[in-house]
Amino acid sequence: MERQAPVLEVRRVTKRFPGVLALDGISFELRPGEVHALVGENGAGKSTLIKVITGVYHPDEGQILFKGEEVSFSEPRESQEAGISTIYQEINLIPLLSVAQNVFLGREPRGRLGLIDRDRMNREAAEILERYGIRADVTAPLRSLSLGVQQMVAVARAISVDARAVIMDEPTSSLEAREVETLFGVIRQLREEGVGVIYVSHRLEELYEICDRVTVLRDGRVAHTGELAELSRLQLIAHMLGRELDEVRKEGATGFGEEHEAAEEPILQAQDLTQHPRLREISLDVRPGEVVGLAGLLGAGRSETAKAIFGADPVDSGSLKMGGEDVKMGSPAAAIKAGIAFLPEDRKSEGIIPDLSVKENIAAAALPRLARAGMVSEKAQDELVEEFMQSLGIKASSPEQPVRELSGGNQQKVLLARWLCMNPKVLILDEPTRGIDVGAKAEIQKLVDDLAVKGLGVILISSELDEVTEGSDRVVALRDGAVVGMLSEEEITEGNLMAMLAHGGDSGNGAQDNGAQENGAQGNRKDTDG
Amino acid sequence: MARGATAEKSFDVATVTSWVRGRGVYVAFVVLVIFNLIVTPNFASVVTLTTLLITVSPIILVSLGVALTIGTEGIDLSVGSVMALASAFLPLYLGYGWPVAVLVVLLVGALAGLVNGSLVAFVGIQPIIATLALLVGGRGLAQIFAGGQSLPITDPAVLWLGQGRLFGVPAPVIVAVVAVLVVGFLVKRTTFGRYVVAVGGNRSASYLSGHPVRRTLLAVYVISGLLAALAGIVATARLGASDPSNIGLLIELSAITAVVVGGTPLSGGRVKIMGTVMGALLIQLISNTFISNDLPFTWAQVLTAGIILVAVYVQKGRGTT
Repeated sequence: MERQAPVLEVRRVTKRFPGVLALDGISFELRPGEVHALVGENGAGKSTLIKVITGVYHPDEGQILFKGEEVSFSEPRESQEAGISTIYQEINLIPLLSVAQNVFLGREPRGRLGLIDRDRMNREAAEILERYGIRADVTAPLRSLSLGVQQMVAVARAISVDARAVIMDEPTSSLEAREVETLFGVIRQLREEGVGVIYVSHRLEELYEICDRVTVLRDGRVAHTGELAELSRLQLIAHMLGRELDEVRKEGATGFGEEHEAAEEPILQAQDLTQHPRLREISLDVRPGEVVGLAGLLGAGRSETAKAIFGADPVDSGSLKMGGEDVKMGSPAAAIKAGIAFLPEDRKSEGIIPDLSVKENIAAAALPRLARAGMVSEKAQDELVEEFMQSLGIKASSPEQPVRELSGGNQQKVLLARWLCMNPKVLILDEPTRGIDVGAKAEIQKLVDDLAVKGLGVILISSELDEVTEGSDRVVALRDGAVVGMLSEEEITEGNLMAMLAHGGDSGNGAQDNGAQENGAQGNRKDTDG
Repeated sequence: MARGATAEKSFDVATVTSWVRGRGVYVAFVVLVIFNLIVTPNFASVVTLTTLLITVSPIILVSLGVALTIGTEGIDLSVGSVMALASAFLPLYLGYGWPVAVLVVLLVGALAGLVNGSLVAFVGIQPIIATLALLVGGRGLAQIFAGGQSLPITDPAVLWLGQGRLFGVPAPVIVAVVAVLVVGFLVKRTTFGRYVVAVGGNRSASYLSGHPVRRTLLAVYVISGLLAALAGIVATARLGASDPSNIGLLIELSAITAVVVGGTPLSGGRVKIMGTVMGALLIQLISNTFISNDLPFTWAQVLTAGIILVAVYVQKGRGTT
């Protein structure tokens, strides 16, 4: 591609939030007629960057240039009128209005007397849709269409304003494979028309199929930018996770210790868990005393797998056994009864009950066993709470203190106490150390270790590579909602894991050889047993 | 380690502020009582006091149910119409004896609650809409069942519930006190009470802790329906006749006021039973104060509105300290 003047340029932009440096001198350019992948893990700064570009946030430092001129949008509407369109992950159209009304919302063609010219609107909407190969009745209400077609309407709306830059934030997350093809057709059309497209996605295949260049963000900085074709998948992942390929990791950065002696017979057996379109036939075993790491990039289906096992989300098919006995799917209460405990990723929205006391939060799951004939035994409750506040070192002014007043680390310990007091057989930890301070982090990691030594089976999900590699006895790698490989004991290194996340599950040997070469290691990866 | 420091720091002003915040309704009530003792003639008499308590009893009954629904981040607007339904059904079944009639009326209340609760818990309709349907339709239904007329109540046992006394204590007051004790016990001591505040405080977390979320939601609306039916019986008995067009009219507004003024946040997650009782007493005392001092009642409404705003404002301040 010829080097042309960029349609959109971000120059050394910095954005701070209280306590967080979200963007740290980011520079980025989007050329006309290119599809530019924007990737990064959680908290890397992708959404902040998009919001700075579209005028939701103002940069604290730096400039944004659009079509060569410096711009400063005070709200998203202004950026849209200037020619930057954004298509969000969640469709933000109006379900009850017709397709045509949605396409022209806020800028309907007017006829005489300033009234809306409905015929012209429908005709033009139909033309736009047809140009991009989208088939839909423009007079039908939007909500009568499939999600995929709705997404296309959002795209049509975005491009019909003569946008010169289009930002797509995970546009395929709710699309079927066929719909993705249609979307890619639209994107190629845009590329030919000289529109610059910023494409945000976690799906590596898609990136390599549709994108020309890539910018990798990490911790609010640009970790890499360049032609995507020149970058192997492994290199791309290494940039995202912040690891040098030939870097030899020293053990001991985390609070985890040695491997554990696991029993032979699995305590938990999940078989072919499927949940369209997020999970595909996920099978997983956990033995007592074993820490099984679930690895994968953002959107790979780690949390979804955890929730499916715990019954928090319904599954389309699949089964779960605990100690050989079938467990009813789709019911947390049944999972808890079978001895499964689950520490969710989002502590605030799914974990703590903020206004209740530390005591009530700890006792939340244990209520049925603390009660006789429906009455809570205060004595049994106080003893239990006392015991676990002490053993976990929970710092609160009293058991009566509202849990919202505690620090993140202490809230996390309260939630751990909620589950440990149930004497679970399997503990599922989804990002147990996210957002808590270093000290509490090491404490929690050590605790997980101790629990496994005592015979608890643990499923550990973490976006931090060292936490997974050092904490796990076995690692199951997920990609796009399917198990793509497994590593055990000596094989568990960050290099092997990254290779598996990049290439695992690909058909053919080429990818595997490639991965082993880049890694300088042997292709010592096992395919999961079916 | 932070115990000493925070305790010392937040000793004087902050402690007082938060104490008042938690008990504002008690403070307001005491202030109003003192005001009445000085201003209102014959305020400190047994008659004034019992009248106040009798009048407030049905409000307390419905407020208890409404407090539970609000605790789950819901609301029950239909209580007044359920009272009307109760009033309409009561005389229709008195022919079979008062126990049957009372039982039927309570069943009607429970059924109304079951409808509300099912719409909320299983169909997933917002509580304000789900119960609005019955608020609108319930009273009409009551009038249809009553054949558009007011029937006199002659059964002495039922009349006693509205007009009788036990050891000098008016029966409606006894009914209300028993209901307060039962609901208070449910909230404070049972797993059900915990489920209510957990569901209201964080529904996902409650569900993920294995709580029976739907059953809890269903239960609070059934209890609210039962209490409203009980309030309908008491009010009808006190009147000595069924009156489906007027009984319980607009009582949902008094109930919501009592609950909110009493310190139960509309966002759920907490249920203040004693606060609700005091809230009901406070708003009844306000209107009594205006009536007995020959002040225009419209001003009582304005004052109540002011108190609601203050209560909500004070609650909003919670958490920022």
